[in-house]
Amino acid sequence: MTSKPATSPFARGDITNFAVLMTLAFLVIPLTIPNGYWYSSILIPWLCLALAAIGQQIVMGYAGQLALGAAGFMAAGAFACFNIELRIPWMPFGGSLILSGLIAAAFGVLFGLPSLRVRGIYLMVATLASQFFIIWMIDKFGWFKNYDTSGIITAQDIVIFGYAFTAPLQMYLVVLVVVTLLTILAINMTRGSVGRNWMAVRDMDIAAESMGISLLRTKLQAFAISAFYCGVAGALFAFTYLKSLEPVAFDIKLSFQILFMVILGGLGTISGAFIGAAFILLFPVVLNTVGNVWFHGMVDATVISAVEQVVFGALIILFLIYEPLGMAKLWENIRARMRSRSVPKAEVPRQQAS
Amino acid sequence: MIEVLFFFEVVLAGLLAGTMYSLVALGFVLIYKASSTFNFAQGAMVFFAVLSFVGFMEQGIPFAAAFVLTVLLMIAVGFATERLVLKPLVNQSEDTLLMATIGLAFVLQGLAQAVWGVEVRRLDLGVGDFPIPWIADNLGLFVSALDVMAGVVAATLIVILALMFKYTKMGLGLRAVADDPGAAASIGIPLKNIMLLVWSAAGFVALVAGMMWGARAGVQFALVDLALKALPVLIIGGFSSIPGAIVGGLIIGVVEKVLEVYVGPSFGGGIEGWAPFVLAIFFLLWRPEGLFGEKIIRRV
Repeated sequence: MTSKPATSPFARGDITNFAVLMTLAFLVIPLTIPNGYWYSSILIPWLCLALAAIGQQIVMGYAGQLALGAAGFMAAGAFACFNIELRIPWMPFGGSLILSGLIAAAFGVLFGLPSLRVRGIYLMVATLASQFFIIWMIDKFGWFKNYDTSGIITAQDIVIFGYAFTAPLQMYLVVLVVVTLLTILAINMTRGSVGRNWMAVRDMDIAAESMGISLLRTKLQAFAISAFYCGVAGALFAFTYLKSLEPVAFDIKLSFQILFMVILGGLGTISGAFIGAAFILLFPVVLNTVGNVWFHGMVDATVISAVEQVVFGALIILFLIYEPLGMAKLWENIRARMRSRSVPKAEVPRQQAS
Repeated sequence: MIEVLFFFEVVLAGLLAGTMYSLVALGFVLIYKASSTFNFAQGAMVFFAVLSFVGFMEQGIPFAAAFVLTVLLMIAVGFATERLVLKPLVNQSEDTLLMATIGLAFVLQGLAQAVWGVEVRRLDLGVGDFPIPWIADNLGLFVSALDVMAGVVAATLIVILALMFKYTKMGLGLRAVADDPGAAASIGIPLKNIMLLVWSAAGFVALVAGMMWGARAGVQFALVDLALKALPVLIIGGFSSIPGAIVGGLIIGVVEKVLEVYVGPSFGGGIEGWAPFVLAIFFLLWRPEGLFGEKIIRRV
């Protein structure tokens, strides 16, 4: 390598990685995987949940506010999108998504207000209120569900410029575009002044305040942006993965899952959101397969889901004890080790990149 | 007149249901007082304890023996938690400990379900969930016998705990640890034993709470979600106060029942699911340390 060691925030390595990822996601995967299962059961939910996890990451990993209500904001976004598509037919799908995100963000600000006075478990209880309240509200007021009594509403087709995106691959591409755009935005925010304010508040709020950072603005901003991401993720989740809208799909269990994605993936990293989402989503699939193949279906499905809970819980404790920065950090450690092995000792740049 | 009586019935039912919330909240307070740890797993401990208890009974173990066995099991759980979870995380931030206990909650509820299965079980304590005839005849009030028993059990438990804190050596040690762990350790109070005691006591309280809830609603996973309502109870009462847990539980019990009966119907019901949490938010804005909380939480 003739290039100089990286000093700017966007190193050449980052750009290469980005290009590789984008080629993989937009060209290699669509060209090599014809199977609908991979899109509709793995890739689409992964991207949607990763987007929600980025939302959780912003409020928890960056701004340091322990919130537990991501699924509530996802439900707000999903039902907002349903109603906008239903009631404002001329609205393009992208517009519906943005509006849904903004509606979720309004809820985020509302339920983020207690964060101005409390933190820790106090804040968690306050955000739990949002989870229960939003689900109840959607459930009890028929208008949100267009007075549907069956309980399950089919999501409308995604129509962009008059073209319906209904096949798994097409929906994957829609999700991929949205997630890519929002991820780039999130990375830029966390590297810019907005993100630095969040981290300052997270690390020491009094110091941050004395340096002129407004706690009010910073915290509510984090809640709003977090809820925006969750809202968009919820809308995509409902329209491309569930293909239906039911409040039950967004219960407290999903909020916990998103919390786990962030803790296991690594607090305070965007990549952690993707890694954590992949793990939480794939581990049950792997466990089920193992249960079916090795034990020939002799193990009850309920036992498998119980084992899954034990493993997630134990992993959280283990990661908090041994690697609080999560899987993203583990991955980085592995990469750093491989790099130092492949390059002769003398050529390892002494300068720290970050 | 009928309406007034009915109102009293609603309030009374709320009060008695509230004692059950208090019982769950009590476990939180015990641990928080001694170690400043928010034990999110308390609800899972309730579920774990009562499911194990019913499981033992199903194996043909008599009531009393199953009870003792479950208490021993909860002590073992407390011991393992202290050793494997809390000790490695000593001196970590409160948020980290809270997240660790969320992990613990999932381990416990998963373990219980993996061992005993997920089907809903009945738990018969010999007292049914039906109105006491004597009160119904003489006062015209319908009061559930089970609720009354829960109230009596909760009251007894609280008195015992309060006496223990006040008059035993262990209780004194516990209060010393709660006040200043460093100073307590330096004069030779065994922190480890105190923690073990506290977690065992919390486990015992969890079992009792679980038995009450289980007799009422069946022994099932929904108990974990019910136990979440102990969180607003704590916010209203204050995290470090046993009387606070009691009063908070009663307030939540009454408010959610009254709201559900008088306001709920106009919204299609179901507001008791979130009303306690919203009430807690108002308390947070008005009095963040709770009604009886000693420590004023760190202002942010």
